[in-house]
Amino acid sequence: MAELWWWPYAMIVVAGWLATDVWRWLGVLFSGRLREDSELMVFIRSVATALVAGVISKLVLFPAGALESAPVVLRLAAAVSGFAAFLLFGQRVIVGVLAAEVVLIGGWLLLGGS
Amino acid sequence: MRSAVSIPALILTAAFVGYAGLARESGLTLDQTLMMTGLVWALPSIVVLTGAITGGMGMISAGLAVALASVRLMPMTMALMPLLRVEGKTKRWHLLIASHFVAVTAWVFAMRNVQDLPREARLPFFLGFGASLTGFVFCMTGVAYVMVGSLPPMVAGGLFMLTPVYFLCSLWGASRISADKAAMLAGLVLGPVFYLLAPELDLLLTGLVGGTLAYVATRLARRGVR
Repeated sequence: MAELWWWPYAMIVVAGWLATDVWRWLGVLFSGRLREDSELMVFIRSVATALVAGVISKLVLFPAGALESAPVVLRLAAAVSGFAAFLLFGQRVIVGVLAAEVVLIGGWLLLGGS
Repeated sequence: MRSAVSIPALILTAAFVGYAGLARESGLTLDQTLMMTGLVWALPSIVVLTGAITGGMGMISAGLAVALASVRLMPMTMALMPLLRVEGKTKRWHLLIASHFVAVTAWVFAMRNVQDLPREARLPFFLGFGASLTGFVFCMTGVAYVMVGSLPPMVAGGLFMLTPVYFLCSLWGASRISADKAAMLAGLVLGPVFYLLAPELDLLLTGLVGGTLAYVATRLARRGVR
């Protein structure tokens, strides 16, 4: 099935576009009806947050492509120091991102990467 | 249009540039990558879908994983729409179109800035802002996809690193209550565990198990039962 040329496009439309936009549409239809701080909403948000967090650690621990050639300890150190810098300096995303990149590239150079 | 040029917009663009590298390494074509950027327009969902397509996941389980990753868009949209609407004047289909631009970066920006505008100006502002941001990111993703093959590995690796760190920070920044933060920690720990145990269903299991644990634990803590 995965060999058919249109399969990725069908996946993008059904499993990507519809699966995403349906929540936005429901959000418009429900706005003002379901309370955002209701228990159901808190639970739904917990599941969503855990799933996205799972994506994050997978991207760091089992990356695809060029990041694979950086040692796993270095990738972890970069992510942790980025997050620590984010928390320490007023929760600015730009600070976290820059700190992680400095640690990653700096460590890579020190280890003699290419 | 000026608002589309801002620090959050630049970070988002950089994260999509990093994603273009991931998409290319994962074997997606340029048109597939751009189609996902335009149609899905929520980076976590796009990354989940990329993994699902390259991992050979079926359409139902892929759709479920993407839907779970995108469920946060519903409460976000619900919170934003009352700000954009002019009671009795705004047509619902206008809001349905505008809702497509709801994603973390645009949402945080709109929630903060739209309230300074007169009510009639808010929906046009959000549409213009969303369309410029999406258009700009769309073009840059295409450019990055074409260029990333010729980048040295260290630069490409640095770009890949942008996405997880950007998610890590903005997910924490968007969390308001202890359940969100507990769920984030649970997901970070359980993600790799389920990836090794059940690579087919790892994201679904991470979301359901981690989210339930976080919800139950923080609910017990809220009630004072330990």
